[in-house]
Amino acid sequence: MTLALFLTLAVISVITALLVVLSRNPIHSVLYLILTFFTIAGLYIMLNAQFLAVVHIIVYSGAIMVLFLFVMMLLNLNKDTEPQKSIYWKVGGGLAAGMLLVTLVGAMRGGIELQASATPDSNVGLVENLGKVLFTDFVVPFEIAGILFLAAMVGAVLVGKRDLKL
Amino acid sequence: MQSLLPLIPFLPLLGFLINGIFGRKYFSKTTVGLVGSAPLLVSFLLSLAAFNQVATSGPISFSLYQFLAVDSLQVPFGFLIDQLSVWMMLIVTGVGFLIHVYSIGYMHDDDGMWRFFAYLNLFIFSMLLLVMGDNFLMLFFGWEGVGLCSYLLIGFWYTNVEFGKAARKAFIMNRIGDLGLLLGIFLIYKTFGSIQYAQVFGQLGTLEIGAGVVTTICLLLFVGAIGKSAQIPLYTWLPDAMAGPTPVSALIHAATMVTAGIYLIARCNGLYSLSPDALHVVAIVGLATSLFAAFIGLRQNDIKKVLAYSTVSQLGLMFLALGMGAYSSAMFHVTTHAFFKALLFLGAGSVIHALGGEQDIRNMGGLRKALPITFWIFLIGTFAISGFPLLSGFFSKDEIFAHVYDHGGASWWALASFGGLLTAVYMCRLLYVTFFGDFRGTEDQKHHLHESPAVMTIPLIILAGLSVVGGLLNLPHFLHIEPASWMAHWFAGNGVTGASVIPMGKIGIDASTEWMLMGIATAVALAVIAVGYVLYSKPANLPVEDAELSGLSKLFANKFYVDEIYVALFVNPTARLSKMLHYYADVWGLDGVVNGVGKGVMELGGYFRRLQNGNIEYYLLGMVAGIMLLLLSVFV
Amino acid sequence: MLEAVPIEYFVYLCTLLFVIGVFGVLTRRNAIVVLMCIELMLNAVNLLLAAFSTYLSDAQGQILVFFIMVVAAAEAAVGLGILVMIYRNTKSTDISLLDQLRN
Repeated sequence: MTLALFLTLAVISVITALLVVLSRNPIHSVLYLILTFFTIAGLYIMLNAQFLAVVHIIVYSGAIMVLFLFVMMLLNLNKDTEPQKSIYWKVGGGLAAGMLLVTLVGAMRGGIELQASATPDSNVGLVENLGKVLFTDFVVPFEIAGILFLAAMVGAVLVGKRDLKL
Repeated sequence: MQSLLPLIPFLPLLGFLINGIFGRKYFSKTTVGLVGSAPLLVSFLLSLAAFNQVATSGPISFSLYQFLAVDSLQVPFGFLIDQLSVWMMLIVTGVGFLIHVYSIGYMHDDDGMWRFFAYLNLFIFSMLLLVMGDNFLMLFFGWEGVGLCSYLLIGFWYTNVEFGKAARKAFIMNRIGDLGLLLGIFLIYKTFGSIQYAQVFGQLGTLEIGAGVVTTICLLLFVGAIGKSAQIPLYTWLPDAMAGPTPVSALIHAATMVTAGIYLIARCNGLYSLSPDALHVVAIVGLATSLFAAFIGLRQNDIKKVLAYSTVSQLGLMFLALGMGAYSSAMFHVTTHAFFKALLFLGAGSVIHALGGEQDIRNMGGLRKALPITFWIFLIGTFAISGFPLLSGFFSKDEIFAHVYDHGGASWWALASFGGLLTAVYMCRLLYVTFFGDFRGTEDQKHHLHESPAVMTIPLIILAGLSVVGGLLNLPHFLHIEPASWMAHWFAGNGVTGASVIPMGKIGIDASTEWMLMGIATAVALAVIAVGYVLYSKPANLPVEDAELSGLSKLFANKFYVDEIYVALFVNPTARLSKMLHYYADVWGLDGVVNGVGKGVMELGGYFRRLQNGNIEYYLLGMVAGIMLLLLSVFV
Repeated sequence: MLEAVPIEYFVYLCTLLFVIGVFGVLTRRNAIVVLMCIELMLNAVNLLLAAFSTYLSDAQGQILVFFIMVVAAAEAAVGLGILVMIYRNTKSTDISLLDQLRN
């Protein structure tokens, strides 16, 4: 049952990812990406990474994708104004990506000894456990992440200004 | 006294430096002439003093400093003033001084006069080093120096390309001979372990007659002499060297430089006496050259070219004398030849000066009325070289012919005398065509005919006097007049090795034969002079235009086409080879490689430049490719 | 519960999603879509990290996912701001027009 669920979610995510890349209308791409994020969130829940799943949906689907949509609406992009690359590029890109896939898979199979423990602990993804690790071992990166957000905010505001009079 | 002797060569060197540095802007022309001639006079007086000392107390030898000290090769910058070298010094400085004085007048209108005197002084310095040196390296030093000065002076009027080519030709042909000389010196060092005269000639007793190495050395040295003294096959530069001013032709190409070859062989007479084969070669080359050049001289129409071929012919005669073992006779002829050939050249210069540059004898004629002094001295010179009785040339040539008869037999004597006959013929031709008959030049020239100034005529007169009395230096024995054979005795004095510098030669023929030979030669000479006078007074016999020549005359006038043969055999193939090498090695090879490297780098750079085209897509593709390579290299 | 799904499946899935993201980056010319494909790539990595964290009972993997999300969010914001600026200048979102740094 778990396997079937996993496979379903996996297939959906791959299909929607492909649609993101292949669809002509950029709005469609955004929507497909949101679907992909949802499936990935489902996979997170399967892994019992509860905190991550929720944060994933809130941050990615709820904020980032909405931001993308806003920008798309602002620029008024639709299928007609979408520039297309020549067929050579598409084939070449496909070839490059395919080779990368082969390389990665080859690297994984050949080089890495995957050891999975017999009983994976499902309690790792709980908020309580995650919070304990975050605020004891990783408190400094946590604070720095806050500063990073501050810098990003300032930067985004500055970059978006129409004229450069501060 | 000895401390003054180095001044002999170094005073002319000083003159060269002063005239060279200051002559152009700071000196007047007279000052240039004085600065150029005064060192010669002082050197001549010092040479007389040295002569005196050698006569009383034997050879002087001293060295200034150690020139070369390499392992076993010790070469000092040394001087050996013995009987032979002091005699050459006297000729060089004496005749040289007269020619310098003459040049003050001759070159007076030339802006490059300061250069002229500077080069002349440098030449005298080199020639003195050549004759005063006590080892073969000093000789070679002077040898090259005179070659250089010859080049500078032949091409003196350097704006004319043809003159420059003539100068180059002289220098290159000299260098061909110098190769032989150098090889000879190397072989001397290898055989004798030293290149100083004292040590080389002191060891001659240890060698046997006809030894192979001695013959080789002698032949190699002779090759050098061929180049410097214009014998077959390296003689063609001498007629072309007439492109230089006439005093140059007189000094360098008549009296001094071309006699360096004779001096060399006379100095090495000990070596040559050990090698009959080499002497034989020398004699053959000398005789052949003597006749060959005489034939060509018969049909030349440039006054200086006739004298040039005459010089080549007389040098051949001197080498013939050397080949017969008559070294002191050859030196005697060098002396008399210096007198009358310099006289003839300077006289020709006087004629050219009077006619404003005309050198073709077909445009001259009847000059004896307008240029009396020049005429008389030219007459004396012509008679001297033809062997008119009792003049200097008469005695020197007769002595040579006697030795030829003695060592070579009647056939050699006949050929040599035939050469003497031809000499008389072409010289008389020159005299009569130039000075007798009617004037054939332009009216303009006729108006400007004038005798040369005193500064030019006085040296001429002095040289004429020497040409007349020069024979007294070495009167033959059988005339029973004292002092007999003074010069031969002088050279037989003891040199630095204790042996004679030039041993006395013995003539094996008896007095009556000598009288007969002398009589035949005299009769021939007088006959030629008389017949020539009659012949050339008829206008029909005057030299004709070039287009009208035919047969033997054409062959002689065109110098047997030797120059053309040389150009076809040597010059053109070398030029072609040079062009080919230039194209393949230089342009294609070296330039190709160097430029190719540059071009290659630029191409490579251009190729890489196209990677930075600003296209984001390319960059992204590059990134993906890079990551792939990284993964491949790490995991696979 | 997760014994049925071998870890290799997660690896293959994430690799596939990553490669699809690469394909999108190389193929699309619209700058926004390129940024979205970058987000896709990041998500693939996140998923893999979370999977390993669960399978190896190590919380550090999920902490790292947390931080990656932080960075991704900041980057998306700034990136879109820049994109809007470019649009104002060139009136288009075509990345092939951004070749002023050539030569």
